[in-house]
Amino acid sequence: MAFGAFATATTAAEPAARRKSPIALLLLLPGLFYLGLFFLVPLLSLVITSLQEPDPLIFGQYQNAFRWENYVTVLEQYWPQAVRSFGFAAVATLCALLIGFPLAYFIGITLRRWPLLQALALVLVIAPFFISFLLRTIAWKQIFSDEGPVVGFLQSLAILPPGVAITGSAFAVIFGLTYNFIPFMTLPIYTSLERLDLRYVEAGGDLYASPRSTFFRVTLPLAAPGIMSGTLLTFIPAAGDYINASREFLGSTDTAMIGNVIEANFLVLQNFPAAAALSLVLMAAILVLVSVYVKRSGTEDLL
Amino acid sequence: MSNSAVPQGGFAEAGADLELVGITKRFPGFTAIEDLDLRIPAGSFFALLGPSGCGKTTTLRLIAGLEEPTAGRILIGGKDVTSTKAFQRPVNTVFQSYALFPHMTILENVAFGLKRRKVANADALAHEALRLVELDHVSARKPAQLSGGQQQRVALARAVVNRPALLLLDEPLGALDLKLRRQMQIELKDIQDTVGLTFLHVTHDQEEAMTMADTVAVMNKGVIEQMGPPQELYELPRTAFVATFLGQSNLMTGRVVSSGGTSMVVDVAAGQVEVPAERAQRTSGEVVVGIRPEKVTLHASDPGRQTGRNVVGPGRITDVSFSGVSTQYEITSPALGVFTVFAQNTSISRMHHDGDEVWMSWEVGHTFGLADEPSSVSANRFADDTDTSMIATQRREQLEAELEGA
Repeated sequence: MAFGAFATATTAAEPAARRKSPIALLLLLPGLFYLGLFFLVPLLSLVITSLQEPDPLIFGQYQNAFRWENYVTVLEQYWPQAVRSFGFAAVATLCALLIGFPLAYFIGITLRRWPLLQALALVLVIAPFFISFLLRTIAWKQIFSDEGPVVGFLQSLAILPPGVAITGSAFAVIFGLTYNFIPFMTLPIYTSLERLDLRYVEAGGDLYASPRSTFFRVTLPLAAPGIMSGTLLTFIPAAGDYINASREFLGSTDTAMIGNVIEANFLVLQNFPAAAALSLVLMAAILVLVSVYVKRSGTEDLL
Repeated sequence: MSNSAVPQGGFAEAGADLELVGITKRFPGFTAIEDLDLRIPAGSFFALLGPSGCGKTTTLRLIAGLEEPTAGRILIGGKDVTSTKAFQRPVNTVFQSYALFPHMTILENVAFGLKRRKVANADALAHEALRLVELDHVSARKPAQLSGGQQQRVALARAVVNRPALLLLDEPLGALDLKLRRQMQIELKDIQDTVGLTFLHVTHDQEEAMTMADTVAVMNKGVIEQMGPPQELYELPRTAFVATFLGQSNLMTGRVVSSGGTSMVVDVAAGQVEVPAERAQRTSGEVVVGIRPEKVTLHASDPGRQTGRNVVGPGRITDVSFSGVSTQYEITSPALGVFTVFAQNTSISRMHHDGDEVWMSWEVGHTFGLADEPSSVSANRFADDTDTSMIATQRREQLEAELEGA
């Protein structure tokens, strides 16, 4: 399946044939050029911007410097948003995993005997992508709005006290993140489970492992490459997300994530060094978290 | 390994009896097994032999608990296990594909069953089992790093280490090449002698079944056609299927002309064939009789009627293939169709040539009378058989090609 691309990230690739061909280098050139122009140059510019200091003469202008204090300032000022970002992203990743795994299991294993249903279920997982995710998130805002059906229902059951809104709450933001990233979680896990040889599961049962034990000792470890890709594909973009948490969508100022702060500093406050420093902090934090995660889950053991 | 007593859940030191009572298994659209009764005594090496699709693998899966029977009961060591799940049965399987867990080391694979049953010194026992199959030195590797033959032995160790009452082997040698197969056959037999478990071996390879098993059951279309020691099955097949699946046979049909106390005489088109009464399944009407090719002697001229020998002919030799120790002749006659004869190449036997006219004779005591109706034998009943061996050969060739390519 085309989704195999998600899962191959963690499996060891076959060593390619060692042949130095000038054509291969030639074919690589456009990609290298693209990477240099649209990744390295902006990254460098971001680093330079993050160290700039305000122009003493013109208000709102910045000049090149080596003001590393920018980093300390933004961390002091925005650490709650940074912590909240990673917290929200982690909770949303967990929720997406709890929803995505059973879904992937159902499609990849239970529906194996009915290929047509399997294909249909996959299409249903991808179907939300046919509509812009901005529109879908707006739609959830409508559903959760104060006059909406959910609030009305919960209030009529007296679960939700009057005057309390769902939109703008941490719940709404995490809900939005979870909802938007479920397909990114489901598809890689699906590719892992779809290839799972059920004879291993039978062997587990044959060797006195209860269905529960077989699941945790055989099925889950064999699906680990998919879970790995799925959690990374969910956690990394969710940590930097600024749509779900923004006031125009499901969030409020109380739920601002680091993405919203960066957006505000770049576009509203026009404090470019602060925004650039925050971006780099976010990038570094994700890099550290992900490498620890990859190391801890021992990808080298996965086949 | 005698100190590895596992008193838990009825796991015994010795093997246990297996009893199938009236087992029927239906899948949507077809019946895999029809009212099967089977008793395998403790400590025996039992082979279930049949072409693919005959229901032998389904039988194995039913015993392992991987399928549920539509009707009937399964008893292991006298205990009814029909309603229990696979992991609750004192049974282990060596799967055809080995099914070694790819994410675990060899040692973890072998210790898996022991650890699930909370056996105290699981790792030590696993090492011991690996030593039994001479693979302890690879215990830290992953299954993918082993050759097919080594994986097969690990799969065997992983099953044997649990000391199951019953060990099921699902064509475990199917993917091995011929040399390794021979070696593994001997090792399997050795292990069975050493550990004394009850082995149930499922295979489509008649030679494998005959060399390894104490008792062979030949299965066809969901029923056991005949069961017994390999030699008995070969010398006295009761049905045309057994006669042709287990080795080769020359089958003739004819009407019974006389049926006395000790023997009956059948009038086949090319002569009269006498069958001892105790070797005949049917004694009246149209019957099928047969003789193994190596029991037949060729004569260049009509030897005439002799007491104690059956003579048929004449026929013309249409094919001679020399294979060192013996020569295989194909004799065609309008009355008999194609008749196969294996002749030992002793110095006194003279060679016959393609196109020669010959008569065939054999001792009356070697003739067997089958239980089949003549009409069912002439029908194309064995198409499955050739298919199976062909598929098996192709699969092996593919696997060999893959191994060479890797």
